[in-house]
Amino acid sequence: MSSIAQKKGFGATVWDYMTTVDHKKIAILYFISGGLFFVIGGIEAMMIRIQLMKAGNDFLSAGLYNEIITMHGTTMIFLASMPLLLAFMNAVMPLQIGARDVAFPFLNSLGFWLFFFGGIFLNLSWFLGGAPDAGWTNYASLAMASEGHGIDFYTLGLTISGFGTLIAGINFLVTIINMRAPGMTYMRMPLFTWTTFVASALILLAFPPLTIGLFFMVFDRLFGANFFDVAMGGNTIIWEHLFWIFGHPEVYILILPAFGIFSEIFAIFSRKRLFGYTALVFATILIGFYGFMVWAHHMFTVGLGPTANAVFALATMIIAVPTGVKIFNWLLTIWGGSISFTTPMLYAIAFIPSFVAGGVTGVMQAMAPLDYQLHDSYFIVAHFHYVIVGGVVLAILAGTHLYWPKMFGTMLNEKLGKVTFWFFLIGFHLTFFIQHFLGLMGMPRRVYTFGTDQGWDAYNLISSVGALFMAIGVIVLVINVILTTIKNERVGNDPWGDGRTLEWAIPSPPPFYNFAQTPLVRGLDSYWIEKMEGNKEGMVYAEPLGDIHMPNGSFIPVVISFGMFVASFGALYHMDGDKAWALPVLIIGLAITFGSMLVRSLKDDLGFHITKEELLRDAKGGNKDGSK
Amino acid sequence: MAHDVHTPTRSHTEYEYLRRQRSKEMRSQLTSFAIMIFLTLIAFTTVSAGFSPYLIVPIILLLAAIQVVLQLYHFMHLSNKGHGTVAFFMFSGMFVAFITVLTFVTIVWW
Ligand code: HEM
Ligand SMILES: [Cu+2]
Repeated sequence: MSSIAQKKGFGATVWDYMTTVDHKKIAILYFISGGLFFVIGGIEAMMIRIQLMKAGNDFLSAGLYNEIITMHGTTMIFLASMPLLLAFMNAVMPLQIGARDVAFPFLNSLGFWLFFFGGIFLNLSWFLGGAPDAGWTNYASLAMASEGHGIDFYTLGLTISGFGTLIAGINFLVTIINMRAPGMTYMRMPLFTWTTFVASALILLAFPPLTIGLFFMVFDRLFGANFFDVAMGGNTIIWEHLFWIFGHPEVYILILPAFGIFSEIFAIFSRKRLFGYTALVFATILIGFYGFMVWAHHMFTVGLGPTANAVFALATMIIAVPTGVKIFNWLLTIWGGSISFTTPMLYAIAFIPSFVAGGVTGVMQAMAPLDYQLHDSYFIVAHFHYVIVGGVVLAILAGTHLYWPKMFGTMLNEKLGKVTFWFFLIGFHLTFFIQHFLGLMGMPRRVYTFGTDQGWDAYNLISSVGALFMAIGVIVLVINVILTTIKNERVGNDPWGDGRTLEWAIPSPPPFYNFAQTPLVRGLDSYWIEKMEGNKEGMVYAEPLGDIHMPNGSFIPVVISFGMFVASFGALYHMDGDKAWALPVLIIGLAITFGSMLVRSLKDDLGFHITKEELLRDAKGGNKDGSK
Repeated sequence: MAHDVHTPTRSHTEYEYLRRQRSKEMRSQLTSFAIMIFLTLIAFTTVSAGFSPYLIVPIILLLAAIQVVLQLYHFMHLSNKGHGTVAFFMFSGMFVAFITVLTFVTIVWW
């Protein structure tokens, strides 16, 4: 059934992707939808920069501006960066540890569809009476006062997509703990796998506080509870605590996989083993722990008192230590290496100074007295864009070029890749460097306009021009993707020529069972070891060729997620009181979700076997691509 | 991975070994059960003896923590082989939760 490569119609392909439980296809789903949300968030960013291009501009009204900045932040963090990183984790991590799939393929698909429907729900707010407008941090004192349904779209949408992320995190943890190939000890895992592991642990521990905060908000707004209502004995600050107990680990959930991607790139294109592998691993774990002990640095000006501010200031500064350790390890990896300046490597090299700049402003903000000056000014905006764009987004762009061949079997054009790189890098620094000074000059963040007499005109204009550069860079990337897809020149196992880890030892894209035989891992950088010993096959095997047990695809994850989507509309409009249909919709949605869960539990689904003969036929016929 | 499932057959020594293991486990379970009842008695006694709440509360919390550990190791098999990662994750989670709560009750709220 599997080895006959046939051309499928469009509908069949869509159906294939909607029912797939294959981690490589789920990766592509995450990649496409994450990319789509990235473009939406980018358009919102452009609108912000157009509005602030000159003093007293009236391109956007004040209210619409609030909605756009809220949706820009929320979209970029939850619907673009996270899924794009999850795409790379799905595409690469199981290959790096020599596994045939993740531990729970069905849950993997469920996680994706929950995220997807949550994201769609959130964005539908634009057409259904207005988007959320209390900032991506959604502070309760603002959010409770917000009229309309925007905030409810935020809370319910993030609840659904948060479940998806939590499921993905748990799945990756179990996969890495249980499904490593023989010989793949923890201290032989590639760094991207390690950072996936720690980021997943952070997801596991950090998402519950957010879920609780969102639940409180849902109950306050929709069902008349009073968690945040001070007049009724509630506490509005508790939202800020819950949000940041989640929020600070969240920024590490984003940056750690980015560190992982860059670690792979530095080693591959310096043609050297990572310097200080062990230190990098322990720095990653340490950052994970520290990440939970610093949340109140976002709340210095709330009035927690000098003791709390001092403790949190110190704790925050300590995080810079393991981060610095990593920077030095990367520099020493490049040092003396035989460097090739490919597109991914350019991104990696540009990442170091950009990210260090963001780290330095971070430590500045960690000094509580100074933060009284910086807080809620454009300085903060500059800081977090330096770490997030200079770290996470550069990593996503680098990873797109690096792993494109492994995911799609073709190579992105290097010339266009470098054009994108230069436009994006110059645009990025142009946009955000100057915002430090805007902040110091007193420009508050989240204002929709400013006056000519404030002296911020020129700097804001420069910042807007920079954003245009970044947009051009992204457009060139899209063109690159289209051209590459049309040309469709297939590449071999190791298109960069210097791959070190297992994923480069198998075809691009890999067959749907990944490894015909489970590999035996003999050390760190196992593919490199085999290459150096002249092993043409790229790996040694831990088992003879035999039948492989594979899971069946399933449509149920889509149905479960769709039920939640429907139920959310019911919950949201139930609050209005004048819509009789809301309660039935809520009940029907939940019935769909729990009904399909029941079907899944009661129906045995034992999967199928690929026989040895089929595997042999694949190997001979050179069925190299992932299609069944 | 072939799907020819083979049923394990135990040799006599293996059988004996398992038997000894099991009775050892049984003994440890009974001991910790006894300890737990004893700890519970202490908890009740402190309350009924009418000590100051500032003494009772920490004592009861401490006893509860000991009970949890006993429960985890002797009844939920955390001491068995291959549970290292599980233990690491559990204790990391508890540690993070504990630090967070401690922060609130020490420097944030009071
Ligand atoms: C050296 C490490 C870092 C330190 C010391 C640091 C410190 C801080 C501090 C003190 C604030 C609060 C400033 C204020 O609102 O007054 C802040 C805000 C922020 N940081 Fe960092 N940071 C570091 C790294 C990062 C990284 C790696 C990321 C993300 C990848 C990040 C993302 C953010 C975001 C998104 C905000 C703003 C949140 C908001 O108010 O909307 N930071 N940082
Ligand atoms: Cu933070």
